[in-house]
Amino acid sequence: MTASSAAPRARIHAGAHRGHPLWIVWLVHRLSGLALALFLPVHFLVLGLALNDPAALDGALRWMDNPWVKAAETGLVLLLGLHLFGGLRLLALEFLPWSPRQKTFAAAAVALACAISAGFLLSAV
Amino acid sequence: MTDDIDTLAVEVWRGDARGGGYVAYAVPRRESQTVLDVVTWIQHNAEPALAYRFACRVGMCGSCAMTVNGAPRWTCRTHVRRVAKAGRLRIAPLRNLLVIRDLAADMAPFFDKWTEAGGTFAPTATRDEPAAEIPPETPERAAADAGIECINCAVCYAACDTVAMAPDYLGPAALNRAWTLLNDARDGGQAGRLKAVSGDNGCANCHSHQSCADLCPNGLNPTAAIAGLKRRAGRAWLRGGA
Ligand code: SF4
Ligand code: SF4
Ligand code: FES
Repeated sequence: MTASSAAPRARIHAGAHRGHPLWIVWLVHRLSGLALALFLPVHFLVLGLALNDPAALDGALRWMDNPWVKAAETGLVLLLGLHLFGGLRLLALEFLPWSPRQKTFAAAAVALACAISAGFLLSAV
Repeated sequence: MTDDIDTLAVEVWRGDARGGGYVAYAVPRRESQTVLDVVTWIQHNAEPALAYRFACRVGMCGSCAMTVNGAPRWTCRTHVRRVAKAGRLRIAPLRNLLVIRDLAADMAPFFDKWTEAGGTFAPTATRDEPAAEIPPETPERAAADAGIECINCAVCYAACDTVAMAPDYLGPAALNRAWTLLNDARDGGQAGRLKAVSGDNGCANCHSHQSCADLCPNGLNPTAAIAGLKRRAGRAWLRGGA
């Protein structure tokens, strides 16, 4: 179409359009998705190994009592919550009639994710 | 004046499509000074060859947009007080467009995309017929009204990270325009328009960051318009169209 894709652009200082709340929740959604794609397979691999070998399961369960592992699992729950509620927010934005309260919905999604991961942490300790 | 600075440290991007860089100027601080006033002062007093655009100076024509301290702004209605950081201003051409020279970006791709998105009104009546009656309270008219005050300034286009990643994406302004026409009962070009906005470069590319809405100087919300397009395009797809 246009030459816009091929030719070089001016090297200018331009990034201040980023960083507003709705841009940040977009970034959080992206990063949580990437992090889940990386860490969920590891999580399932560990579980799978443990389930295939009862001796290893004992070891794995002891290993899961480790506070670091609990913290990591809480992080995983937080990522899941952020991505799940962030995704529901996007579905609502795209498929329901437009609402001017987008920032409220975004804050609610983050708050829900935090509450659920805090609940998980409390039940784990 | 709310600050006590009497001289602004201004950096202006100078160059052309082959490259360029920032040049520093000291500009006297004035009361109620706009960024466009600063650029004009530089052109009148320091750099007569400086290229930039403006016309109306009152936020009507949409020609004066530039990157100011990293964000796209309409410069004629952006007060220095609001954007200068410790008396510093960095002014550059709009992002996501090629530079012609200095602060003047090549707007052609931006306007080409308006056409590509079906932004041309397709009349269904002639001037000899009575004017159509459009009740302002219908949801369609309300949706169109929300988007028609666009001044084609390309601030939203420069703020769009998706345009930066996918340069052929139609972008917020063209899609907002298409949405206003899609809601215009007098228009007869809806099938082609829906196809244009549902295509590879169309509404599905939008990531809903709402940077476009955040910075639109007229308070429009292209993200809302694009969400509307996504719903219409989705419905057409479900019906076996598109
Ligand atoms: S919401 Fe859509 S149009 Fe607006 S800046 Fe993001 S990708 Fe671009
Ligand atoms: S939608 Fe707003 S920011 Fe975009 S071109 Fe129109 S007036 Fe400018
Ligand atoms: S000069 Fe016309 S909008 Fe700024």
